[in-house]
Amino acid sequence: MAATQRRSPLLVTVSTALVLLWVVIASFPFLWTLWGSFKVQADFFSLSDWRNALRGTFTMAQTGSAFTGQGYHGAWVQEEFWRAAMNTLIVVVCVVVISLTFGTLGGYALARSGFRYTFWLLMIALVFRAMPHITLVSGYLLPFFQWNVWGHLPTAIIVLVAINQPFTLWMLHSFFLNIPKDLDESAMVDGCTRFQAFRHVIVPVMWPGVITTGLFSFLLAYNDFAVTAMLLSQQNQTMVPKIASFLGSTQVEGNVMFAVAAVVSATAPLFVLILFFQRQIVSGLTAGAVKG
Amino acid sequence: MKHRTFFWFILPSALAMILFIALPVVSVFIQSLHVEHEQVLRTVENCGPFGCAEETIVDREATRELREARPLGRFAGFSNYLDRNHLAITEIRGMWERSDSIADFTRRAMTLPFWRALAFTLTFTFVVTPFVLVLGLAIALGVNSLPRIFRGPTIFVSLLPMIVTPLIGSLVLYWMVDSRGVLGAFLQTVTNDPTLSLRASPTLTWIMLIVYGVWSSAPFAFIVFYAGLQTVPEEPLEAAMIDGANRWQRIRYVVIPHLMPLAIFITLMQLMDNFRVFEPIVGFQAQASATSLSYNIFNYLRGDAAQFGAAATTSMLTILGVVVLLAPVLIRTWRDFNRKGH
Repeated sequence: MAATQRRSPLLVTVSTALVLLWVVIASFPFLWTLWGSFKVQADFFSLSDWRNALRGTFTMAQTGSAFTGQGYHGAWVQEEFWRAAMNTLIVVVCVVVISLTFGTLGGYALARSGFRYTFWLLMIALVFRAMPHITLVSGYLLPFFQWNVWGHLPTAIIVLVAINQPFTLWMLHSFFLNIPKDLDESAMVDGCTRFQAFRHVIVPVMWPGVITTGLFSFLLAYNDFAVTAMLLSQQNQTMVPKIASFLGSTQVEGNVMFAVAAVVSATAPLFVLILFFQRQIVSGLTAGAVKG
Repeated sequence: MKHRTFFWFILPSALAMILFIALPVVSVFIQSLHVEHEQVLRTVENCGPFGCAEETIVDREATRELREARPLGRFAGFSNYLDRNHLAITEIRGMWERSDSIADFTRRAMTLPFWRALAFTLTFTFVVTPFVLVLGLAIALGVNSLPRIFRGPTIFVSLLPMIVTPLIGSLVLYWMVDSRGVLGAFLQTVTNDPTLSLRASPTLTWIMLIVYGVWSSAPFAFIVFYAGLQTVPEEPLEAAMIDGANRWQRIRYVVIPHLMPLAIFITLMQLMDNFRVFEPIVGFQAQASATSLSYNIFNYLRGDAAQFGAAATTSMLTILGVVVLLAPVLIRTWRDFNRKGH
């Protein structure tokens, strides 16, 4: 549509300015925090003059150089943030693998069955999708205490898988609808059972959809605060609740910089994720929209 | 697909949802009918040099035993729903009679935890959603008129606020608007008020949270609208140009109608996501000025003296809110589904 129209210079200026402004608003907070994470608290949270954060006055005075890794050392070594990072890795990998396994089977079934109950299942999934996670957490706590499963990683993993299911089902359901029915049905005419048709015909062609869905499962597990903060014990904490716990201990001078360093560390994987999977994320966001 | 095959395919997924979403809702409902045990009191006689006195003390041992034997607490019926921390019917009625104006009544009602949280949650939901739609559309139109090489990087940068962990995103902004942060200092200079602190004023805190909400959700609307703009049909646009429509009219009468289904989709997603606003309040440490329903539940649950009854009651009311919010969509989808002739 763009090429055929002539635009007034004013319009181009206004829209470019708007986009530039947005780019600054979207990126500056992250750049600023990245920059500040290499300073000491007296600079990043400066009482006297905000320009201290740029010049690094106190960082120079306290450490002898304009940049310091104190925040990172404090967070990763002293406060054992690496333990939380390991826990996050375990939780995220397990959640993605399990929810994709469950989701592909279920999503495939929903896409291929024309009965009325598939509609109801999808509607129930939509309501489940809308429920705030913390409301469910208040239902888990007492039973989990009773059965003595509170605090362990597997508990949080299976809970996150379940919370993830409604979304995964919707996404994969609409993806499987786009794979022609003839493909698996001709395999069944040739004598495959439904599962064999799924295994040998559908699985090889489903990867684009599965990768896109997997990205969003990853984000849900990685970004979760409500479930992991309430269901994991202190030593099993993942990164996000760990960062929240840093905030409670900021009375000591310099400790808030641990949180800043941890925040930057936890953002880095997401940055890499967008770098490599921008196309898939964009297509995933719009997939639901196109289906209505 | 046969019912049997369907059943086996859907089983793992359905089992996970039944066990960890449907049953917890039942568990929440049962919990909401109970309150914590009161402490067991015991009367002991203390005899000292000046005679004996009767004293009532808390029997810790018995209290602990009772709590362990019946962790749900004691049955309380619907009293949880009506108490001061939730619907607070009696209090509301009293306030209504005592207050001399609507403003006064509102001020009094905002001291009740549930209504306070509901007020913020609804304000947040219904202010953030339209702003997200408008800003997202504006950015999408702007990016669409950029040369092609700039579009990829713009999308890359735009995805950051949306993808980043909500708690992290709100912390990043919070550290900047903190009175010792760079934006806080900037605002103090602009307003010429060195004591200005966003956290100290409830109104400013609400605005700050709403700004965070728009900042973190606008990319979603932008991406969806941007994808929609790529599929705007050429012909009506050209026809409109021939008929003498200017750019604004073309957007108003061709592009926007084309994007309408997308706008409905974004609105639905945004209503669901904004209604559960929670992490920003933790990140901005805004609980003194703004609490949401989700935050209230979190607050009841944490700490040593978790109030499971109160948390469950707020949860039930929140779920009710979600259903009310979704009802128009569900009804519409149901009609569409029937019209398709199943």
